Amino acid sequence: MQSKFKVVHPGVHSLIQDNGRVGFAHLGVTTGGVADKQAYYWLNRMLQNEQNAACIEITFGGLKLHSLCEQVICLTGADMPLTINGQLQRNWCSHQVKSGDVIAVGYAKSGLRSYFGVHRGFKFEPQFGSCSTVVREQLGGLNGQALKVGDELGCDLLSTITNGEKKTTHVKCFALGVMDIPRYHQTVTIRVVLGYQYQAFEKNERDVFFNNEYLVSKQFDRMGYRLHGVQIHSNVQALKSEGICYGAIQIPPDGQPIILLNDRQTLGGYPKLGSIFSLDGDKLAQCGQGAKINFVEITAEHAKQLLIEAQSQRQSIQLKRFQPSSG
Amino acid sequence: MPFVILYFYIQAAEFMSQSTLNLSNYISTEIAGESALILYLTMAEYEGGNTSELIAALAKKLAAHLSSVITEVVPSYQSMLISFDLFKVDHLSLSRRIHALAAEVTLFDVDSAKEVTLPVYYHSSVGADLSRIAQQAKISIEDVIKIHQRPTYTVQAIGFAPGFSYLGDVDPKIITPRLNTPRTKVPKGAVAIANNQTAIYPQVSPGGWNIIGLCPTTLFDPNTEQPSLLSVGDKVKFLAIDKQQFIELGGKLDEYMVEDN
Repeated sequence: MQSKFKVVHPGVHSLIQDNGRVGFAHLGVTTGGVADKQAYYWLNRMLQNEQNAACIEITFGGLKLHSLCEQVICLTGADMPLTINGQLQRNWCSHQVKSGDVIAVGYAKSGLRSYFGVHRGFKFEPQFGSCSTVVREQLGGLNGQALKVGDELGCDLLSTITNGEKKTTHVKCFALGVMDIPRYHQTVTIRVVLGYQYQAFEKNERDVFFNNEYLVSKQFDRMGYRLHGVQIHSNVQALKSEGICYGAIQIPPDGQPIILLNDRQTLGGYPKLGSIFSLDGDKLAQCGQGAKINFVEITAEHAKQLLIEAQSQRQSIQLKRFQPSSG
Repeated sequence: MPFVILYFYIQAAEFMSQSTLNLSNYISTEIAGESALILYLTMAEYEGGNTSELIAALAKKLAAHLSSVITEVVPSYQSMLISFDLFKVDHLSLSRRIHALAAEVTLFDVDSAKEVTLPVYYHSSVGADLSRIAQQAKISIEDVIKIHQRPTYTVQAIGFAPGFSYLGDVDPKIITPRLNTPRTKVPKGAVAIANNQTAIYPQVSPGGWNIIGLCPTTLFDPNTEQPSLLSVGDKVKFLAIDKQQFIELGGKLDEYMVEDN
């Protein structure tokens, strides 16, 4: 018995992702990695996985898989209906599946990206320490490409047959309490750490940025989000290209902000106001065209404090045992 | 006796040259994000050569001494982005540690960059923009080829795509602006010029640089321990080869294709 899942339908855009490629930006290799780290964190908690297990990031929805093994699955992130053999199942909850089961993920009702995983993660050969797919660089996942019909996703064998006797590794199912499930909104307040060339923006230009609402334009992807709203001007025209960190807010000559995310190019030459707070980046990555974005300023010290608090808070959350109704 | 004095003079001069390169006096660090600093080299020029060598030497030093707290260093021209683990260090203390290490950078660190010679098959059949560059510069194609090979270039930045190395500076005679409309497909190994920089495309990609030849050397191989042949600060010389040599060195002409829009 082979332990794998087969792609029946890849959906709109489904990619193998993990925490991403860290430490290779000096070679021009981008980070990649899951766009919503919080949804990914819960996926791995629910599946009792290490925090870098390879999963599928499903954008918009539409993924259909054929299970060719016994496994435990889970879907977190955007609210996409999950069915096993046509039976609707809970999200943010792990489920047992058996060989022959058909798992379908519908289209997002709220949020944009969901995360589908299995116990111990999908098995891919890491490139530069990561299985994350970056299509532009043809790295990670399945030959650096998005999932397509017929692709096979290997995973750990949970049941083995020795001397005619079947032995199954028992994996418990867990659920995240309803109150702890993140909600995704189309109006998001993003906290910003001022940095890079923010002095190149005069006080009134910074005020424009912080006092106006920006809309996510139709140009948004894992590389970055182009926003649309009141123009912001800087005193800098072009810079020598310099490294770009996660969440950097770039202001090109048209005055419309671009927020750079996981698949950002490693170097850029536009002036930057600063960078968004990573926990808010997770929320932004769940937004699509037309979402409303407001910005507020925070200090780097405050951002650190909030991250430490968020980390200890989520660690203190207990998962609930979940008794599967099917399987 | 004069011999001894001369000896001490040389020793002192060497000592001076090493100790006076106190990079700490020439850098500033600023917050870039919640877990990133951006470092700028405030020295516009230095006698020894290209300032990107200093950035490269500092990047190596930081990578060697601060690997427990730093996650990325991205050197480029006169800046360096430094990402760190904010659970282990903060902006202020990291900035102090960077300044302390910058004070230790010596000319020896700068000289440790490697020099690479890259073979190039310069020819109009593989260099779609070679004749136009020659016409614009009012020189012959042969002169463009000669002029391109003359300098020892420094890798000033790596980015845009994995292993894409920005080399400077091109001789002013053959400075050529980027194409108005980028090509949708530039072949792997294409040697090209944009403004005062030159580069080799490590993979097939879109691009707006002016193509003058083809290099058979692999510049980026994700399956090796040192995936990028070049690092920021390295030196590059180009050497003209003919078609036969290009093929012998593993170059593939049948894969060569330039798509114009």
